[in-house]
Amino acid sequence: MTVDELRRTIEEFLAAHDPATTERLEFLRARYDAGLAWVYFPPGHGGLGLSPARQLEVDRAFAAAGAPDNNPEGNGIGLGMAAPTILAYGTDEQKRRFLRPLWTGEEIWCQLFSEPGAGSDLANVSTRAVRDGEDWIVDGQKVWTSGAHLAQFAILLARTDTGVPKHRGMTYFLCDMTDAGVEVRPLRQITGEAEFNEVFLTGVRIPDAQRLGGEGEGWRVANTTLNTERVAIGGRASDRESGIVGVVTETWRAHPDRRTAELHDRLLRLWVDAEVGRITGMRLRQKLAQGRPGPEGAAMKLTFARVAQQLSGLELEILGEEGLRYSDWTMVRPDRVDFNARDAGYRYLRAKGNSIEGGTSEILRNIVAERILGLPPESRADKDRPWNEVAR
Amino acid sequence: MTELDLLYTDIEDDLRNVVRAVLAAHCDPGAVTALYDGDRSLVASLWKSVAVDLGLAGLLIPEDRGGAGASAREAAVVLEELGRFVAPVPFLTSAVVATTLLLGTDGPLLGQLAAGERTAALVTPFSTCAHGTFPTVSLGPDGLTGSITSVAGALEADVLMVPAEGPDGVAVYAVPADRAEITPVISLDMTRQLADITFDAVAGEQVVLHGESAVRRALEAGTALLASEQYGVARWCLDETVGYLKERRQFGRVVGGFQAIKHRLADLYTAVESANAAARYAAATLAADDADATVAAAVAQAFCGDLAVLAGEEAVQLHGGMGMTWEHPAHLYLKRAKADQIAFGTGGAHRSRLAELVDIPGPR
Ligand SMILES: Cc1cc2nc3c(=O)[nH]c(=O)nc-3n(C[C@H](O)[C@H](O)[C@H](O)COP(=O)(O)OP(=O)(O)OC[C@H]3O[C@@H](n4cnc5c(N)ncnc54)[C@H](O)[C@@H]3O)c2cc1C
Repeated sequence: MTVDELRRTIEEFLAAHDPATTERLEFLRARYDAGLAWVYFPPGHGGLGLSPARQLEVDRAFAAAGAPDNNPEGNGIGLGMAAPTILAYGTDEQKRRFLRPLWTGEEIWCQLFSEPGAGSDLANVSTRAVRDGEDWIVDGQKVWTSGAHLAQFAILLARTDTGVPKHRGMTYFLCDMTDAGVEVRPLRQITGEAEFNEVFLTGVRIPDAQRLGGEGEGWRVANTTLNTERVAIGGRASDRESGIVGVVTETWRAHPDRRTAELHDRLLRLWVDAEVGRITGMRLRQKLAQGRPGPEGAAMKLTFARVAQQLSGLELEILGEEGLRYSDWTMVRPDRVDFNARDAGYRYLRAKGNSIEGGTSEILRNIVAERILGLPPESRADKDRPWNEVAR
Repeated sequence: MTELDLLYTDIEDDLRNVVRAVLAAHCDPGAVTALYDGDRSLVASLWKSVAVDLGLAGLLIPEDRGGAGASAREAAVVLEELGRFVAPVPFLTSAVVATTLLLGTDGPLLGQLAAGERTAALVTPFSTCAHGTFPTVSLGPDGLTGSITSVAGALEADVLMVPAEGPDGVAVYAVPADRAEITPVISLDMTRQLADITFDAVAGEQVVLHGESAVRRALEAGTALLASEQYGVARWCLDETVGYLKERRQFGRVVGGFQAIKHRLADLYTAVESANAAARYAAATLAADDADATVAAAVAQAFCGDLAVLAGEEAVQLHGGMGMTWEHPAHLYLKRAKADQIAFGTGGAHRSRLAELVDIPGPR
């Protein structure tokens, strides 16, 4: 589809659904049905089968027309991780059931991966799923679950076979968070808020129709999620100076009195790093248009985390006296993570999570070194031993 | 607006393969090292292979003027390979900078450059920034007089493009190299040896009347495309170091398996990939005559120059004692990288330029 054809498709859609008068949800559903949600998804599932590189054009055109968005900050895990995984591994039935309400934001998603004993070593999950007729019964505890208090559904990694080495005994499920066996408890974090949670799963019943991928295939499916997660975090399509770099640069422009040569130099260096990161993301998306995400996203996320942390730290220094203050330490349970809409102190503290969530920077360096550069793997004592025979 | 394509086309991949094959056959690291001991015999034969046999001298010259009619994207691919081999050929100085300067001119010179019959060099210090001041010679009644130091590509050139200050501002004159006094300089990077040049009332032919903007445009093309050479240098350093550390054993195991080393290489890989994207973007905007080309060139130079130096330094460090030897080629790359970092302006100069271009004003 050429640039002009795509533009015409969008114009026709907007003519038929005036953003000013169409009800929000109706508008979003219609946009999905027209294939203008994820244009790189297949027709029938919110897309037009175009390359991911085209998405930015579409988003820009809709934003320019004043169209309502689907609250991307409020459903990051759904949009960034659940959707691509469902697309890759879901049955037709699963895609039809889940993708549309996910995209419109009618159903918010969270990710039930990490556990107290399985963080970086994610393949060590001990939450059990046991087959019971057409259902699975799930018991265990998850932790650091962002947005679990808002979510209707979760992607869930659970152990279905304890007698094989850890990577082979896991299965991936789509879990209904409204099930009576799901208990969500807030977990307060460094910013003062409770953005993430502990989740206790007790006798949660998941129909086998909500298994994503084969039994014992959970690790492979989870890797698709993790790879797309890194691209989603690090390689987002964006305009120059969007994100934290834009906020900090605006702060700089607004405070001529705070300018020193040293801060100027640091800002310019980070501005260049952010811009190069943006271009690298653009290039990565063009590469991905030709195949599934591989380990390259790990490199993107490393850069993103470093630059976001350094910029948000610099911002406090630019602000000086004002940087000593904080907006609010009250424990709230936020419904979105939107760095740009918050104050500088929050940005600084929240950005610390960028090198932990979605795989720590240390783990990502291991991935780059081993899977891209082919360097020897870390020694793994539990590699070929059945999960139930490994001391933990 | 669609995004500029930052990947390589099939044609670009083919071009790369051809250039790489020729360099692999004719650009031996031993012969490159010999440049430091005064043996420049490699230069002329290698340039003939690249310029004439492969026809790359005319890459940026339109077909109706005898060239290949290609764009900055293809030139960037060539430069990546030249960087990967630290090849001592004047492609950047003649086929990019001098050629860009001459693109708008009539006369036979462009066709001669396209055919590889002649080789040209712009007479400005190699460290000149496209947006800074540059020295000129003076134009008197009996010709051009003055000295310019640290010029790249002059030793390989038979015609010099000389910016001269006359009554109507700066114009550029073409001067046969044998009319100038060209003194080779012992250079940090002998794979691109510099020269000091003196003109003593020599005659030249005026080729560009409004010289200042033409010189800046030529230098800006050099700035944008140097990033691809820097990427090529960095890529070699990364690949070579990873390869070495997969073999080298200490403490009874492969050194590349130590996490401290793996993490450094992962960081280097990340930066090298970023440099690749930044350099591709600079080349793509230049090729498309995109409004963002100036910012893209400054961003690419601010990033890729420092990155190539880092890659050269890591290569030396992670090769251990081997990396400090004259026999191992790592030093050739470090020297090229460090000289390239200063060429066409340092990272700091490009960041200052960006401060103006994207409105990040400094303290008053
Ligand atoms: C803000 C935030 C939101 C999150 N949201 C979610 C969510 O929604 N869902 C979810 O499932 N999880 C979530 N997480 C959890 C996150 O994925 C884990 O915290 C992360 O994978 C690290 O695991 P861990 O905390 O157990 O650290 P550990 O694995 O215990 O690591 C401790 C330290 O050791 C280092 N380390 C560990 N192993 C190695 C190794 N092999 N080599 C070198 N260094 C190593 C780590 O890098 C780290 O610095 C979130 C985390 C944060 C901070």
